[in-house]
Amino acid sequence: MEEFIEGWTARHGATRDQLLPLLHAVQEEAGYVADAVVPVIARALNLSRADVHGVVTFYHDFRRTPAGRHVVKLCRAESCQARGGAAIEAAAAQRLGVAMGETRGDGAISLEPVYCLGLCAVGPNALVDGRPVARIDGAALDRIAAEVAA
Amino acid sequence: MKIYVSRDMASVALGADAVAQAFADAGREVIRTGSRGLFSIEPLVEVETAQGRIGYGPVGPGDVAAVLDGSHANRLGPVDQHPFFAGQQRFTFARCGVIDPVSLTEYAAQDGWKGLEAARAMTPQAVVDAVKASGLRGRGGAGFPTGIKWQTVLDAPAGDKYIVCNADEGDSGTFADRMLMEGDPYCLIEGMAIAAHAVGARHGYIYIRSEYPFAIATMRLAIDHAAHLIAPFTLEVREGAGAYVCGEETALLDSIEGKRGQVRAKPPLPALKGLFGQPTVINNVLSLAAVPFILAEGAEAYAAVGFGRSRGTMPVQLAGNVRHGGLYEIGFGITLGELVNDVGGGTASGRPVRAVQVGGPLGAYFPPSMFHLPFDYEAFAAAGGLIGHAGITVFDDSVDMAHMARFAMEFCAAESCGKCTPCRIGSTRGVEIVDRIMAARPSISRRHPDESQDPESRNARLDDAALDADFRQHDGKGGYLGKALYSRAPSRIDTSLDAQTTLLRDLCDTMKYGSLCALGGFTPYPVLSALDYFPEDFGAPAPLKEAAE
Repeated sequence: MEEFIEGWTARHGATRDQLLPLLHAVQEEAGYVADAVVPVIARALNLSRADVHGVVTFYHDFRRTPAGRHVVKLCRAESCQARGGAAIEAAAAQRLGVAMGETRGDGAISLEPVYCLGLCAVGPNALVDGRPVARIDGAALDRIAAEVAA
Repeated sequence: MKIYVSRDMASVALGADAVAQAFADAGREVIRTGSRGLFSIEPLVEVETAQGRIGYGPVGPGDVAAVLDGSHANRLGPVDQHPFFAGQQRFTFARCGVIDPVSLTEYAAQDGWKGLEAARAMTPQAVVDAVKASGLRGRGGAGFPTGIKWQTVLDAPAGDKYIVCNADEGDSGTFADRMLMEGDPYCLIEGMAIAAHAVGARHGYIYIRSEYPFAIATMRLAIDHAAHLIAPFTLEVREGAGAYVCGEETALLDSIEGKRGQVRAKPPLPALKGLFGQPTVINNVLSLAAVPFILAEGAEAYAAVGFGRSRGTMPVQLAGNVRHGGLYEIGFGITLGELVNDVGGGTASGRPVRAVQVGGPLGAYFPPSMFHLPFDYEAFAAAGGLIGHAGITVFDDSVDMAHMARFAMEFCAAESCGKCTPCRIGSTRGVEIVDRIMAARPSISRRHPDESQDPESRNARLDDAALDADFRQHDGKGGYLGKALYSRAPSRIDTSLDAQTTLLRDLCDTMKYGSLCALGGFTPYPVLSALDYFPEDFGAPAPLKEAAE
């Protein structure tokens, strides 16, 4: 990871404002921002470890532990609620065998809340491994479950 | 014969990629556009003919032959004559859904860069004057006059100035920024280049939320393509990281600077001391994207449309449980009822509309008795609400408004930046209070005595069961807000409905007037409006029938 961060800062610069882009890059590369990487990032951008820790923990996107092999981000915001989102959330947790905000024991899937994907007229919506899916119903949950099992 | 299929994230979520692929496999030339903005007809396929572009939708990948021979049952006729589009005044979204979003040729052919050319022929002061004369107000929600903001930055003596575009469109029920960035990115780039010329900035940032991967990719590509046209001005995209509060302008600036997205105290204004301490224009996507039209067609043409002090058009977004949801750009002054019932066609579920939330999670809930309200900044403020980013989320009669009030507080607790106490602590206390009200109110079945006769009621009951499960899951025994919600011994609290309702109003007052920014300051809007207009959901008597209708 040290080599990756060195190469990244060489290309993009090592000023403080590069902290979020660098954290995104680290997460893209490793899947999460490990606690052990925090001092490396701090050194690379000449920040304190507390500074970097504070930023990592402030933003919902940054993970400190690995996610499941598949990630389903299900919208919990008002527009999806207006279209039955709460019932779909409960059904998704049951169908996928994992509680909202958790990673399943076998590491196959993480079910995460997201607050609005901007698809508000066609909810309930989700991002399944980054792919947007609209109008989620029981059949759509079955397809997602099959995709995850494959 | 060209085929047009949208590549907008919502269209793709509805299966547009497979449809486009099917036409390509059939040997047709497929142009991917942005979305026209009506999602009940997506995936929409448009076929170029001598009579114009003929639309078919919704269409599946198996419908290629029926679309090509014109026999498909969902033939809509010429798309621009469809009632949803024919009634609009598309100033900002004129090209969205029509052109290939990243084609410089098509953008230029459809009046692109005319505004920037006009601006470059003018002095910076003349450009600022034109924006002032247009009456354009900040489309992010606050409604501050854009020209005055630009004047402040123009007048500020500094070597470095910045243009920052706030594309952290986190409000549920809004998607206009996303649609514009995906469907007409050069329009935003042109608006930012005009702003840069007007105030003397050399570099700009577009801060886009990470939940919008399509918009991020499209904007980055468009910036690469257009770099030579906006030089010496340069632009870059910064990706958010899932913090709603970064839509607040000063939190957004801190986020670009690589810090926690915490709100700054004002003054100093960002216009004087903004990004990296330098004078900064920070505007919403829609404000900046309105500017090319104003410069190209003249401030008078823009100001000629509108209502009262709200000039020009607003891209209204119809969302939630609505039959014809989508983006409807129209001059200010159209009423809420016209938007929800005439344009939106009522609910998608077919049940009566019970409430609409205008302006995202911080906007008020209005009952149909308020549908006479004209879409206007002042009219909404006078009614105890706000236009915000002009998203309208429709709910049918199965909605539990106490649950929605609880959600507003819960969302504020989850997204508070933590800098000020009323927001950080108040939101958590608010969740607790609504929980006590929900525990003390009469049961749901008693509130809807006619439910058992209603054949649709099973769905409503299912939803209620899910809501109750949701409620139990977060009841302080390990839910993600944890024990903090129940930090006071219940025995010390007067849990009667009256006491808790009074306490909730008092708390809302503290949050409204004591919070540093709109997150804590406006969370009371959905809570108080739910209490005022839907008291029966909080265990109080329902308003008189006359008042409710």
